[in-house]
Amino acid sequence: MKCHHCDKQATVHLTQILNGQMHKMDLCESCAQAKGVTNPENLSISSLMDKVELEVDTSVTSMVCESCGTTHQEFKKGGRLGCEACYHVFRPILDPLLDGMHAGTKHLGKVPAGSESRIQFEQSIDSLKKKLQDAVEKEDFEKAAEFRDQLKDLQNQAKTTV
Amino acid sequence: MFHKILNKEPGGKKQPKAIPITLSTRIRLARNLRQFPFPGRAEVSQKRAVLSKCIDAMSGIKGLDNSVSVEVDDLSELDRQILVEQHLISPELSQVEEGSGIVLTEDRSCCIMINEEDHLRIQVLRPGLDFSSVWKHADEVDSGIESAISYAYDGELGFLTACPTNLGTGMRASVMMHLPGLVMSKNMDKVINAVNQLGIAVRGLFGEGSDANGSIFQISNQQTLGESESAIIDRLNSTLESLVRQENFAREKLLQDDRSRLVDKMSRAIGSLKTCHLIQSAEAMDLISLVRLATDFGMMPDKFRGLADRMFIEVQPGHVQLSAGKAVEPSQRDELRAELLRNHFLRAPLLDLSSHS
Repeated sequence: MKCHHCDKQATVHLTQILNGQMHKMDLCESCAQAKGVTNPENLSISSLMDKVELEVDTSVTSMVCESCGTTHQEFKKGGRLGCEACYHVFRPILDPLLDGMHAGTKHLGKVPAGSESRIQFEQSIDSLKKKLQDAVEKEDFEKAAEFRDQLKDLQNQAKTTV
Repeated sequence: MFHKILNKEPGGKKQPKAIPITLSTRIRLARNLRQFPFPGRAEVSQKRAVLSKCIDAMSGIKGLDNSVSVEVDDLSELDRQILVEQHLISPELSQVEEGSGIVLTEDRSCCIMINEEDHLRIQVLRPGLDFSSVWKHADEVDSGIESAISYAYDGELGFLTACPTNLGTGMRASVMMHLPGLVMSKNMDKVINAVNQLGIAVRGLFGEGSDANGSIFQISNQQTLGESESAIIDRLNSTLESLVRQENFAREKLLQDDRSRLVDKMSRAIGSLKTCHLIQSAEAMDLISLVRLATDFGMMPDKFRGLADRMFIEVQPGHVQLSAGKAVEPSQRDELRAELLRNHFLRAPLLDLSSHS
């Protein structure tokens, strides 16, 4: 079996399950090392992105952040984003990567006390409470359970500040 | 003022006693300001604006008492090297061209890098193992700065950073560990792999991409999103405890199975430290590492553990150059380093094997 990237014999066989889809990739020893696959410590975003590339369509490759000018290519190459706004623009590509990169995809740590984020945070809690109440009144208990869980998460976030 | 802080002897009475295996604890928080591009994408004028905003925000903050700020540009190559060797700044920051800065407290427990990969990198470090006071200090400084400027933050992704690997808490908690037992018994690779599975990274003395010298490793969390700061620290702590157990076990085993060779190594190390005339930093690190091990076995007085920790830094090239007071050629450095070591180990006793016979 030939390596996915070069013509050498493949000795490392990767099976990755991303968003419920299975992707297989066969690499030779040196490409596997180069991609950081054999050493989890060095697993970089670019190597992760190469794997994800299997399902990225062309509409995505023309993404550019209007705020700072970072392009999809630049992000892919350097693994770095240019500004806050990039996070909105490149979110669709970023989301599938986050799961492999981190312990979870939702922030559970310190929330800045700064007025804007604190206000946003409290607004989210208030709106969820209202949604929960509405769902209960309409007897849509499935939705109500969803809102209840989201509310619990947000309230835990407020408590888990070390 | 900055140079005074850099050149000061560490701590004095306030320094906690050096303990086996764990050398120091560090927490680094990555933060960015709103409305400015991250440093990698910013114009020099924007970097300068961020720099002055940050420095203004830091004045009078609790946790930054008696601190000085300086632009990296205004520091000489040697200054930057010294800062890297003391683990106060990253090698990356020392290479920067314009618009970056450093804020350092007088006791060197807190060093903030401005415009490295992110706008702000708040770093707090202490000798020994003490996550709770290091976190308290870092948290305090972070909240203090945040009360004066707005951080880029998203409810779901947490603190927004230039590299997605730092999202969420933006926290890298790490410990420097001295693991000669695992290195000598050739178990380090196995341990590194096992620890990697737990989302913990193992790196050399100067972080990403560096070698382990003197059997010193930096153990840190890899993931920053999806867990609270205290959960990350708890996980790191339990990995640490496991590493300490494994290291102690490896040391005992070496003492049992290969005692003569081990004792010979430590003895010769003391001998070399007393008599060398030319020595490079890598070899010096290994000799000092053996002295630290000897103190842990009770074969040398405890005070040499603290000396070993100071010497780990003093034998680095920048520090040797600094002690010379002028520019020196690499070969002269090797001579100077040897002289430094001979002076410090002049009155060191030979190994005391009485409690181990």
